Amino acid sequence: MSWAAPEAAITCVLGPNGAGKTTVMEMAEGLRRPDSGVVRVLGTDPWRADADHRRRVGVMLQDGGLPGSVKPLRLLEHIAALYGTPGELPSLVDQLGIDDFRHTSLRRLSGGQRQRVALAAALVGRPEVVFLDEPSAGLDPHARLDVWDLVRSTRDRGCCVVVTTHSFDEAQRLADRVIIVASGAVVADGTVAEVGGATGLEDSYFALTRAPKASR
Amino acid sequence: MSSPAVRVRSQAAFETRTLLGNGEQLLVSLILPAMALIGLAVSSTPDLGPGRRIDIVVPSVLALAVVSTAFTGQAIATGFDRRYGVLRLLGVTPLGRSGLLAGKALAVLVVVVLQTILLSVLGALFGWQPNLGGILVGALLMLLGTWTWVAIALLLAGVLRAEAVLAVANLLWVIFAAAGGLLYPTAKLPGMVGDVVRLLPSGALGDGLRDALTGHEGSLLLPILVLLLWGLAATALTATFFRWDDK
Repeated sequence: MSWAAPEAAITCVLGPNGAGKTTVMEMAEGLRRPDSGVVRVLGTDPWRADADHRRRVGVMLQDGGLPGSVKPLRLLEHIAALYGTPGELPSLVDQLGIDDFRHTSLRRLSGGQRQRVALAAALVGRPEVVFLDEPSAGLDPHARLDVWDLVRSTRDRGCCVVVTTHSFDEAQRLADRVIIVASGAVVADGTVAEVGGATGLEDSYFALTRAPKASR
Repeated sequence: MSSPAVRVRSQAAFETRTLLGNGEQLLVSLILPAMALIGLAVSSTPDLGPGRRIDIVVPSVLALAVVSTAFTGQAIATGFDRRYGVLRLLGVTPLGRSGLLAGKALAVLVVVVLQTILLSVLGALFGWQPNLGGILVGALLMLLGTWTWVAIALLLAGVLRAEAVLAVANLLWVIFAAAGGLLYPTAKLPGMVGDVVRLLPSGALGDGLRDALTGHEGSLLLPILVLLLWGLAATALTATFFRWDDK
């Protein structure tokens, strides 16, 4: 699997479960050491990255990574302090509506509310590259629009945004570039129009990723 | 722009507040040791050996409290942090993995100091008179014990699943408290058992603190060596086998 994500653009990575999306994301985030091949983020090997590199990268994990007994603002204030960017927090909290549940511990929040906190945690360090694993999964339609606006404004300030998603709607609305992966390989790479062709993104996706049942 | 030391301090402050705000953690770190202190102070069984009973009870309870916080509490907290991906999330921030573990260890040390002060005051209310000459070496033993038990906690939390960590950490706490030389001197355990327990980090910490704070500093070489060896072994094993997620 070989692909690159440009700066100031949203790259959406689509693919069936088990295609290798999360594995590649974890290698780029520095959470997993590659068995073979080369991963570079901002020119650095993420597995051996130092604090200066990590300061430039934001990560939203699929499983959230949020401690249950803590309240949202305390966690976000702590992460902002680790990045040295406390000034970013108020506008993120406002944009994501986190104030509405600021007094509730993370374990008692709904999936969608936790999702918003995890997104704020990824963006609070004002990263140059941000990895978002299914950022709008479990959100209601209004919250999804807010999240998409935030992702676009993050791109507009020059950030390289990499999003994994199962949502064609999300990819069509957000992506400057779409990468489709299947069975550990890139099967399509281009703009939504290029990858979708005459039939559209959804039909292309099914045509490119449908494996014979016997080999699944 | 924050320095590594500032980030570790920030993490330690975050962890300390989380630990002190957690009811189960307070139960195991403070309330159960305090109950053990009061229970042993007002009763006359089991026989704890020669000397003033309260002078033996308080160092024993301080040893138990170190194991409560550094081992049981930290193993469970880290096991569930690992389960919920908290270790992964904080490990990719500028704090990094080594900073995260350093922050956890520092937070444990802060809680150990706080519980030691509170339990010592409680002990003093029951007439505890420590051997003042042994306080420095007692502090060294607690520092060594905290390091050793945090390393063992992280080993457990980094290898087993969270539910198994919860069960094992609680079970070992009960066994070590009752028969591991924490509350009960190893000299009072039957023959071979006492000899073995003396070589465990629980027996070494319990015997060491009792000897230091009752004025028997002459016999402290063995406990210090035992804690040092267990600490080195557990640290090396943790560095090798600790896994950041439990997938």
